[in-house]
Amino acid sequence: MADMKTAAYICKGCGIGERVDTAQMAKVATKEGKMHLVREHDFLCSAAGVQTISDDIEKEGVTHAVIAACSRRAKTEAFNFTNIALSRANIREGVIWAQPDTEEARETTQEMADDYLRMGCGELKKMKLPAGVAETGHTKRLLVVGGGVSGLTAALEASRTGYQVVLVEKSAKLGGWSAEMYKRMPFREPYAEPQDTGMAELIKEVSDDPNIKVITNAVIGRTDGAPGRFKVDINVESGPSVSEEVGAIIQATGFTTYDIGKLPELGGGKSPNVIDQAGLERMASEAAAKGLAMRRPSDGGEIKCVVFVQCAGQRDETGKHLSYCSGFCCGASIKQAMYFKDANPGVDTAVIYDDLRVPGNGEDFYRSAQSKGVTFTKGKVTAVEAKGEVCEVKFRDLILDEDATIAAADLVVLATGQVPNSGVNIDIPAEEVEKMEVKPISILNLTYRQGKDMPQLAHGFTDSHFICFPYETRRTGIYSAGPVRRPMDMAQATEDATGATLKAIQAMENAALGRAAHPRSGDLSYPIVQLDGCTQCKRCTVECPFGAIDEDEKTYPVFNESRCRRCGTCMGACPVRVISFENYSCDTVGAQIKAVDVPDEFSEKPRILVLACENDAYPAIDMAGMQKNCYSAFVRVIPVRCLGSVNAIWITDALSAGFDGIMMLGCKHGDDYQCHFVKGSELASVRMSKIDDTLKQLSLETERVISHEVAITDMGRVPQLINDYAAKINEIGMSPLKGFA
Amino acid sequence: MGDMNTQMLDKYRNNFLHEVEEKVDDGHWVKMCMQCGVCAGSCTFGPDWEHTPQKIFMMIRAGKREEVLTSHSMWLCTSCYNCMVRCPRELPITHIMHGLASYAHRLGLAPKNQPTRDFSLIFWDNCTKTGRVNELRMTISVYFREGILSGIKKMWTLRNIGRGLFFAKRLNPMELFVSHGCKDKDGLRRALKKADEIEARRRGYAVQPRGYS
Repeated sequence: MADMKTAAYICKGCGIGERVDTAQMAKVATKEGKMHLVREHDFLCSAAGVQTISDDIEKEGVTHAVIAACSRRAKTEAFNFTNIALSRANIREGVIWAQPDTEEARETTQEMADDYLRMGCGELKKMKLPAGVAETGHTKRLLVVGGGVSGLTAALEASRTGYQVVLVEKSAKLGGWSAEMYKRMPFREPYAEPQDTGMAELIKEVSDDPNIKVITNAVIGRTDGAPGRFKVDINVESGPSVSEEVGAIIQATGFTTYDIGKLPELGGGKSPNVIDQAGLERMASEAAAKGLAMRRPSDGGEIKCVVFVQCAGQRDETGKHLSYCSGFCCGASIKQAMYFKDANPGVDTAVIYDDLRVPGNGEDFYRSAQSKGVTFTKGKVTAVEAKGEVCEVKFRDLILDEDATIAAADLVVLATGQVPNSGVNIDIPAEEVEKMEVKPISILNLTYRQGKDMPQLAHGFTDSHFICFPYETRRTGIYSAGPVRRPMDMAQATEDATGATLKAIQAMENAALGRAAHPRSGDLSYPIVQLDGCTQCKRCTVECPFGAIDEDEKTYPVFNESRCRRCGTCMGACPVRVISFENYSCDTVGAQIKAVDVPDEFSEKPRILVLACENDAYPAIDMAGMQKNCYSAFVRVIPVRCLGSVNAIWITDALSAGFDGIMMLGCKHGDDYQCHFVKGSELASVRMSKIDDTLKQLSLETERVISHEVAITDMGRVPQLINDYAAKINEIGMSPLKGFA
Repeated sequence: MGDMNTQMLDKYRNNFLHEVEEKVDDGHWVKMCMQCGVCAGSCTFGPDWEHTPQKIFMMIRAGKREEVLTSHSMWLCTSCYNCMVRCPRELPITHIMHGLASYAHRLGLAPKNQPTRDFSLIFWDNCTKTGRVNELRMTISVYFREGILSGIKKMWTLRNIGRGLFFAKRLNPMELFVSHGCKDKDGLRRALKKADEIEARRRGYAVQPRGYS
């Protein structure tokens, strides 16, 4: 590029000047890196140092700069130059702190520093300053799907923050399950009594809010577009369908109760006196409306004994029922037992539980029920049999380890769990859907290539990572809130909806500015595809973890930048390498690999390339340096956005450049994955499992390319992994491919 | 005593938990147990018990009246208070154990020849007579509770200790014949009688005639 003016800045602070010869590095930058401008500085991140760089940008017209100082993760505020392409050579954490300060280590330490500077110079020349997405949407209205407590809270919170909302509810009235409840679990001090649900006030507030447009009796017919420019068709039951343009979507479609008809052994469907928790709420509300006590459903008789059966059809190990714990049901049973005890302390109420789980302040509520005389028995109910107007409950007492019976329960309440209303499971192949008796109904009807609804994490819940980033789904700008994300009670759903609303607002604002959302928040780069080289192999459209890429009629990929999270998984997938980012591409990494000075095979100095995930592995390596956990001087570490972005060409480049081994360090994958981009590290491991054959064809040992799962806390383990691998390379010998490049 | 048991059975039918709440010292705490098992794990006598405190509480809730009251589990409690300081629900477990033992004794259901029970009775009898414990008489009563032969055997085994105590002037053989008492023996009897009446009123017992009345 004609107008590219490059500069290298070498810092001597933090001991760099004492440990390595910076004059030698300056020579490397000038002669080998061919930098137009090279400066050494005693204290680069000081105001004076930063001013030097700013002045050069202004007066010398520097467009590209490499800073050889600390890690790219340090001093980001000082070196925050948004108007130039910037590369950071990690001399502090990556070299001087990771190497012993001894006379013998001096030579290899210097080689390392020189190489990192060469790599920085190489990368720099392939980089462009990201310009941001030109085609962005600017709509800042929010669509909320579902009018239960989560949806209503989301709508209200968004309105209060100053955003317009469209609220779509399938049924005729707002409120969902919560509106049918008699009372809710306490959410305020002293957590001792059931509290009013407050749903009537919430519904009124939403209905009266001028910022919220409520559409009932309606479902989503079609959702098209991307954050900032979603086009949604809303099908209204009686009347014309409505078209709305929105910036982000919150799916708060809640749950369905588990069908007690599936639990005949617990009396489900066998007797009108066996009901689920939702059934009891309805009974209680109806009775309270009439000002009467609850009566036995079968004959209207007096209720003297109520048995609550916990974990009914939940935490099931046989595979017949729900395998998970819904978390709220113990608290709900405690509350419902109080309905009876508060009305008449003479009513016997027994809760038969396996583990009583009352998260949050539920422990106080549990204690309150105990002091009211609700009996809690640790046991497992084996059978509920109707005997005339009463039921006989048989259970195994798990403390006394014996079979026991409650002979005459007037009412048996089964604590069944929540089944999420998450629409179509897009991971089930079409031919299996054909065979299903009841066809799943889509909720969002997305026009995305990857399917009509959001991907599901486990058991049908639409989450993406419940530990690291709970509100994020795998569809940018679409957030799930409430029991559709994970089982929860009203208090948790309220909090969840608030969190999702803030996320949705963030997504709309970022989309309008052409910036990425979590986790590369604020990133202006986006994938650019050279369609003339594309072979329509569809790998990018299939593998994108976020469904950002659609296909046109000729099956060419169509990128929706606002949906993209900038992980580069498409770039790693592309066999013809036509996908790149302005500041991160096959060329920027390839140039770094090629820039490394590889000594000949008789030098006894092998070279090992480490491709490290920037989210976990790279910080772990940095922290190893901070703790002075030294590792082999023969490694050269290149951070990558995600292991999913690793293109096979880099492996080829490295091997032909004479590297003796390649280590790929990424996040844990599988069921309990920790990949920030969900599928990246898993895809990388699948791709790399195929590389062994290629290595064998080249008559190279398969150990020359290895991968490890590394967590951010592995700063003690990573140096060990590196050293072990260096020893392994020493054992199998130098690469026979040296000297051909 | 047997009459009282029948009365209570009649009164509480099968609601043993309710009976414990009303009749046993600190019995109202039983319902607050959350079955965590910390007491059972903390008990120094853990492996020797027929039922741990955790199980006793569960049995009370399950209505196992006979099994609980005839059990010698609570008689084994050494009052080390380990369970009580560790109970996350802050139940006065040690006190409940003593309360249950006392109630079982009152109903005549406590196991016969239970050493702790026998010792307690001998001790009470001994000290309420004069207001002071006559150690020599008490020791002899305890040693000979299982018969003359076993009493002599026990004394023979401990003869050196006895001799040592005698020379250290900690044991006076004359005590066998003359008991020292407190100053106001009548006052003591009246106080104990009053306490008995108060307890009976609170718990709804008929006042039982005792040796000191």
